[in-house]
Amino acid sequence: MGGGFGVSTTSVLGGVVKRREDPALIRGTGLYVDDLQLPGMLHVAFVRSPYAHARVVSVDASDAEAMDGVRAVYTAADVAHLGDLVTQVAVGKLRPLLAGDKVNHLGEAVAMVVADSRYGARDAADAVDVEYDPLDPVIDLKEAASDAALVHEDMESNVLLAWEGGPWGDEEAIAATQQTIADAKGRDDTVSVSIEAVNQRLLPMPMEPRSVVADWNVGYGRFTVHSSTQIAHALAGGIAQTFGLSLTDVRCIAPEVGGGFGCKLNVYNDEILVCFASQQLGRPVKFTETRRDAAGSTIHGRGWVATATITGTADGQILGYELDGIADMGAYSQNFTVAIPFLGLFVGAGQYTFPTHWKVACVHTHTMTTDAYRGAGRPEAAYYLERAIDAFAREIGVDPAEVRRKNFIPADSFPGAATHIGFPMDTGDYETNLDALLETAGYEDLKAERDRLRAEGRLVGLGLATYVEVCGFGPSALVDLGFSWAAYKIPSGFSGSGLVRVQADGTASVIIGTGPTGQGHQTTWAQIVSNQLGIPVENIRVSHGDTAESPLGIGTFGSRSAAVDGSATYEAANKVRAKAADLAAHLLEASADDIVFADGGAHVAGSPDQQVSWSDIATLAYQPHRLPEGMEGGLEAHAVFSPGNATWPFGSHLALVEVDGDTGDVKLLRYIAMDDCGNVINPMIVDGQIHGGLAQGIGQAMFEDGDYEADGNLLKWSFVEYPLPTSADLPSFELHRTVTPTDINPLGVKGIGEAGTIGSAQTVVNAVVDALSPLGVTHVDMPLRPKRVWAAIQAAKTNGSVS
Amino acid sequence: MYPRSFEYVSPGSLDEATSVLASTEGAKVLAGGMSLLPLMKLRLFSPDVLVDIGRIPGLSSIEDRGDHLAIGAMVSHAATASDSSIAEHAAALATAASWTGDVQVRNQGTTCGSIAHADIAADQPSAALALGATMVAASAGGVREIAASDFFVDTLTTALGPGEILTEVRIPKQGGASAYEKLGRRGGHTDYAVAGAAVWLDVSDGAVSSARVALTGVGAKPTLAEGVAEALIGTDGSDAAIAEASERALEGVTVLDDLFGTVEYKAHLAKVMTRRALQQAVAAAT
Amino acid sequence: MHVSLTVNGQRAVTDVEPRTLLVHLLREELGLTGTHVGCDTSYCGACTVILDGKTVKSCTMLAVQAQGAEVTTIEGLAANGDLHPVQEGFWERHGLQCGFCTPGMIMSAVGLLSENGSPSEGEIRHGLEGNLCRCTGYHNIVRAVEYAAAKMRGEEPPAPEWEEGSA
Repeated sequence: MGGGFGVSTTSVLGGVVKRREDPALIRGTGLYVDDLQLPGMLHVAFVRSPYAHARVVSVDASDAEAMDGVRAVYTAADVAHLGDLVTQVAVGKLRPLLAGDKVNHLGEAVAMVVADSRYGARDAADAVDVEYDPLDPVIDLKEAASDAALVHEDMESNVLLAWEGGPWGDEEAIAATQQTIADAKGRDDTVSVSIEAVNQRLLPMPMEPRSVVADWNVGYGRFTVHSSTQIAHALAGGIAQTFGLSLTDVRCIAPEVGGGFGCKLNVYNDEILVCFASQQLGRPVKFTETRRDAAGSTIHGRGWVATATITGTADGQILGYELDGIADMGAYSQNFTVAIPFLGLFVGAGQYTFPTHWKVACVHTHTMTTDAYRGAGRPEAAYYLERAIDAFAREIGVDPAEVRRKNFIPADSFPGAATHIGFPMDTGDYETNLDALLETAGYEDLKAERDRLRAEGRLVGLGLATYVEVCGFGPSALVDLGFSWAAYKIPSGFSGSGLVRVQADGTASVIIGTGPTGQGHQTTWAQIVSNQLGIPVENIRVSHGDTAESPLGIGTFGSRSAAVDGSATYEAANKVRAKAADLAAHLLEASADDIVFADGGAHVAGSPDQQVSWSDIATLAYQPHRLPEGMEGGLEAHAVFSPGNATWPFGSHLALVEVDGDTGDVKLLRYIAMDDCGNVINPMIVDGQIHGGLAQGIGQAMFEDGDYEADGNLLKWSFVEYPLPTSADLPSFELHRTVTPTDINPLGVKGIGEAGTIGSAQTVVNAVVDALSPLGVTHVDMPLRPKRVWAAIQAAKTNGSVS
Repeated sequence: MYPRSFEYVSPGSLDEATSVLASTEGAKVLAGGMSLLPLMKLRLFSPDVLVDIGRIPGLSSIEDRGDHLAIGAMVSHAATASDSSIAEHAAALATAASWTGDVQVRNQGTTCGSIAHADIAADQPSAALALGATMVAASAGGVREIAASDFFVDTLTTALGPGEILTEVRIPKQGGASAYEKLGRRGGHTDYAVAGAAVWLDVSDGAVSSARVALTGVGAKPTLAEGVAEALIGTDGSDAAIAEASERALEGVTVLDDLFGTVEYKAHLAKVMTRRALQQAVAAAT
Repeated sequence: MHVSLTVNGQRAVTDVEPRTLLVHLLREELGLTGTHVGCDTSYCGACTVILDGKTVKSCTMLAVQAQGAEVTTIEGLAANGDLHPVQEGFWERHGLQCGFCTPGMIMSAVGLLSENGSPSEGEIRHGLEGNLCRCTGYHNIVRAVEYAAAKMRGEEPPAPEWEEGSA
């Protein structure tokens, strides 16, 4: 396992530190939002639409209101003065807090019941009588894009916008790219291969259902809101914005958060509504999703249909790539909704040099909102590109590894390399990474083994895919493209923050603006600070997620925390170190330039036996009368890190599968990954992120399907109908890495949260298509459930081939 | 989710339980609760009264009664799956029980409960059918026996009356061999069955002398595939004979689709699973 | 209704509605919030506790069904404060990330190892099938259980897969 870590393993950076988070979590003493019980706390249940599209004729809550323990039932009219749900990228129809005269997706909240108990709230919600007049829903993406029927009758089109490049935003350059590709297609010596594929809708399904407790204290004039969110500061700002309060009047706390994967990267109507109820009733109010709520009313991910076309010559030189797709936004836009395909556009041409025309239209349908789900636009982009390259390689009969290698952006293009839309990339060495994978995996031997088994009639396949992702958001200047958090009263773009405080006893408190949901920030950040100060990791406590104490941060998503907030904390630690050197110099009567930090304290270079401890240094700092003239007391520093770019991790993945031709059952035999996320702070945590990411990509490839029925019904209300991969369905993963540090942050780290997901779905599908290729199968849509794989085999047997 | 309110009764004897059932409209028997409680939590089903038979003595054992094995109402899937006499005389049921749910579900849920619930995708009903089980139903009016072939009436519907409790499933000790095969929703043997087949057969003098085949997950209820048995009896049980007989698996069955299988696919799977189960049973019987 | 049971060695007596699920009795009546609720349908296993020696899903059991039972929750696992080998394994081998599934996963692993002290990887994977985890891909959960199994057999656990740092 593992390669070099890029930084010295004798340093605390690059070494394994057991997680500081774990003792509470393995003892069951970690506090999640639903664990919270406040005096007088009330509970919420929602009345939700059973229709995808209907007029709300009437809402009769009289029976519910008469029930014991019911405190209030609220409908749209009660909250109309609060406006629509506060939304960052406000393109398209915004979500009403409660549906008024129309419902636009199954599960849309129509009324909110507040009662003494969660059981009682559910009873009362069931007693609310809503009369609906059902309308035909728009569900199919192509139909939606055609505007044959409008999702919202007051909008002119279902199509909100299309993300298009080539060079982004330059119509002439885009047209020129299209012409170049058209010319290539017109040549006699080129082959074009197209795949039309569905990248199905997924339900994020973190194990912790979302939960929020709002507590309005009229005396303090302040909300205290506990929420299972990835973005506590944005939530606080969104609440402040909605209720006309200042940022100091709202305190949001994200305690332990049980997974998020992007779905907790939203301000939700329920979060606003429990605040409203708490203010109205003067009591703390809790809403905890049931899994059924989570399935229908927490954001979904993916949901694209597109055609991907590769044009190239028989030797594997690719001369053009086209993607023409439609992405499902659902009925309402929320936090990032229409921006998700934009992230795909960034990496639309992957690691490759060929001319690319990429276009994805964003459309409303009568379904739940889509937004960021692990990878967010990048898995979709990588899926289409890598499926199409694989199909092209098969068509021309050239090894898929060779085709990729031939078209990579060469390593010597860095620095200075840019994506197909002209966005600069930090560092990359794609060929080295791919070669390392092939060598480590024994690619040639695996191919020989596959061919031997295939000759015995077994359906064995090898799948290869490579990826580059954009993450570590940054750059701060995205704010100038309109991507700020201003809707949540946060004017900043994509910067990071960290605060390091050395306490009087020499221990350190680190407070950060991230919103981890299991990524181990308390450990990784302690390593960063320990590395800079020499204070042992066990003497450093990292906290986050409380807007009253943590510096402004935009939370955890897009594999950005280590690269951006980690770098801020690194810089804050350096500021503390500089001041501590002055203090130590004063104590040791030496020059600050000669101070060395080691062994939990400081000494003058060459005189390690005369050591002052961090406690000595901090004690001095907090006794300002002892300080030399002009020096301020205290020993803490805050830093805001402004990344100059995003980061661009990459990797290559290989899967080995066997298909049971009688049943279509797919068995994933081996999964080998070679990822490059730059420097690695804690290899144990990085590997863990990849494991989980792989499971979600493989989950999409093989098991998960969140698509709606044609009538707008969602038949996936629970894990019975929406199976997640279990321990019994996955192999152990074989992880390796190359290390190409980034130059845009001082840690050289790129981010690893989403890599596994971005790289894996197409790897598995490529493997299964490879297994079935002797039968003439060229494509099977995800998820590769046995029924689909079997149907593809049957169609191939019947028709000779199938796509 | 949270169930609606109900009245809870925990009788100390079978007589008490049947008398409550007889006198209470809308009462439902609770055993392991693995099928019933999720439906109640989702409020898809909300009985007024639950009669918990979990504290009635004498319902938790698997007894060898000479000519049959008796599985009591509170015997868990785990107990059925690990019992040596079930393994010897009713391998199809042992396998089906071991592939039911997951460890916790197998610890809590009961074989009789699964059979009484009669979910078409559940594993043990078809095993009971193939093994020619007899269901013992108790009510205030007495005890009656119901042949497995008469027991499964429709989707989630059995021959049990509203006042009856399935107190015991009897599996005849009939020699021969049995087997169960399925394809689960996540592939392999995981989760509920997309389709499955339970078979029992006997071989004498090199020929299949008797056979029963029952299908899981295909039609509206666990169904005997009589055509397969008919075609197989008298053959040598060779792979060719099995393959030919398995082609008749769907005679008289109306195949229903669901999220995990189209009609065409399930029809095909039923044949494949029948073939595979028969091959195992023939191998075990000879 | 009146329910009395023993939870983590202590007697608990309480009155609940018949419809109260065992998990809500544990979490809301007894304040034992380490046992979590992750689904409606008895699939995710976050609510797993050990009841009379067997792992069960406490969200699919009425509190009244547990009358007289002995229940062990995650809070009762660390005897005298010392971590159970399974808890230790999860910490040592990074068997958790967000921690939400972890209490249930640990209880299932304890149940598994009580029946099979030397499980193969396949047996571990099948033994934990009733506990969903969305973070770890199960890879390190398997390693954690292998670690615990070795410790409980009095053997040296397998070495970790990562290079040991100096930190």
